[in-house]
Amino acid sequence: MSFEPKIIAFLCNWCSYRGADLAGTSRMKCAPNVRPIRVMCSGRVEPLLILKAFEAGADGVLILGCHPGDCHYLEGNYKTLRRVDLLKKMLSQLGIEDERLRLEWVSASEGERFVSITDKMTEQVRKLGPFPRRNGGNNG
Amino acid sequence: MAKLKVALYWAASCGGCEIAQLAIGDKLLKLAEAADIVFWPVAIDAKYKDVEAMPDKSIDACLFNGAIRNSEQEHMAKMLREKSKIMIAYGSCAYEGCIPGLANLFNRQMIFERVYIETQSTDNKNNILPQTSCQVPEGELTLPEFYDTVKTLRQTVDVDYVIPGCPPEEKTTWLALEALIEGKLPPKGTVISHNAKAVCDDCPLKRDVKKIKKIYRNFNIIPEPEICLLEQGLLCQGIATRGGCGAPCPQANMPCTGCYGPVEGVIDQGAHFLSALASVIDSNDPEEIQRIIDDIPDPVGSFYRYSLPDSLLRGAIIR
Repeated sequence: MSFEPKIIAFLCNWCSYRGADLAGTSRMKCAPNVRPIRVMCSGRVEPLLILKAFEAGADGVLILGCHPGDCHYLEGNYKTLRRVDLLKKMLSQLGIEDERLRLEWVSASEGERFVSITDKMTEQVRKLGPFPRRNGGNNG
Repeated sequence: MAKLKVALYWAASCGGCEIAQLAIGDKLLKLAEAADIVFWPVAIDAKYKDVEAMPDKSIDACLFNGAIRNSEQEHMAKMLREKSKIMIAYGSCAYEGCIPGLANLFNRQMIFERVYIETQSTDNKNNILPQTSCQVPEGELTLPEFYDTVKTLRQTVDVDYVIPGCPPEEKTTWLALEALIEGKLPPKGTVISHNAKAVCDDCPLKRDVKKIKKIYRNFNIIPEPEICLLEQGLLCQGIATRGGCGAPCPQANMPCTGCYGPVEGVIDQGAHFLSALASVIDSNDPEEIQRIIDDIPDPVGSFYRYSLPDSLLRGAIIR
């Protein structure tokens, strides 16, 4: 059986979640691998939640927020941008592939963009395989 | 009242925790009044077989320092757990893995090759690496097995209390020992320190607005006295680190490196600090953000200096 990745997607309540909703109500086809979690702002997604998702079995984590300048809370998405940039640098030191974590901007009117991002990410993570676990050797 | 029986042991550690235990000074006499030390390899000539011969739970408290990185340490941790009523992780290595835990960026093979073959001062033409057993004319010689991954004490045995710090401050050590002597230990699982809030709560430096345009390493600048070091662009981890130490490092112009572990309720100190640091970077321009981040050469070593084995990912993936 081919590997089906589990992707946790944190969606901003004000834009991306509605974008995903639009994709649904417009009956667009979309990879079923994404497990959406609605948050009030992409700025709510602290790095701890991303690591926790990986630790709990996610193969990829997708964060979708409002386009720069459009944040309902003015600056939340910029904070996310900085956090994800820094986290990506740290994850590369830990041997985690860059494609497993992705931050994109999707507005409430961009149902198609939501579909193309989730489809592309699913494809990329499927190629990478399951999230790697540290080989603990004889002591686990 | 019968005297308490106390054991102290060291595993993967540097010896600093023993110095910290001795640093309580004349309080050692108070400890000696209340307790017999039955096992303490650094100071007392008791052997492993003496511990083995003790009945289960006959030791009242064991202060265990050091991480678990080989089979001997794991064996001793399990044995001392059996023999002790209370198991205390003493110091950052036992608590979170600490500096030895940074070895989790590598595996056994990489560490052996570096240490026994590549280092400039090594003369090992036959590439001999440590073996768990070796035959010599006199018989078999054995060494403990070196593990791929460093573990914390809590990942190895059940731990009752933690005394944080690299090494723990004298007052933190005594806070725990006094509670032990007086029979007033807090609920199981407590990380014993004077302050469950962040180091900033102990720190007298002046805090204003946290917005940084450039990150400096310690040798890049001489910080202004009396002003928050993080606001000056130094990676001071006080905001994500448990207090109780009294913030001696920031007061000596050295940024906090995080040795007391995460604040109460946080499970991953490095991610917590990363989040806070990214929030105070003063830029919304992707290229500028990247430039600022480029000034942090080693995020894992900076954010998880003391806690890589205890972090959510526990170490690097080696392929």
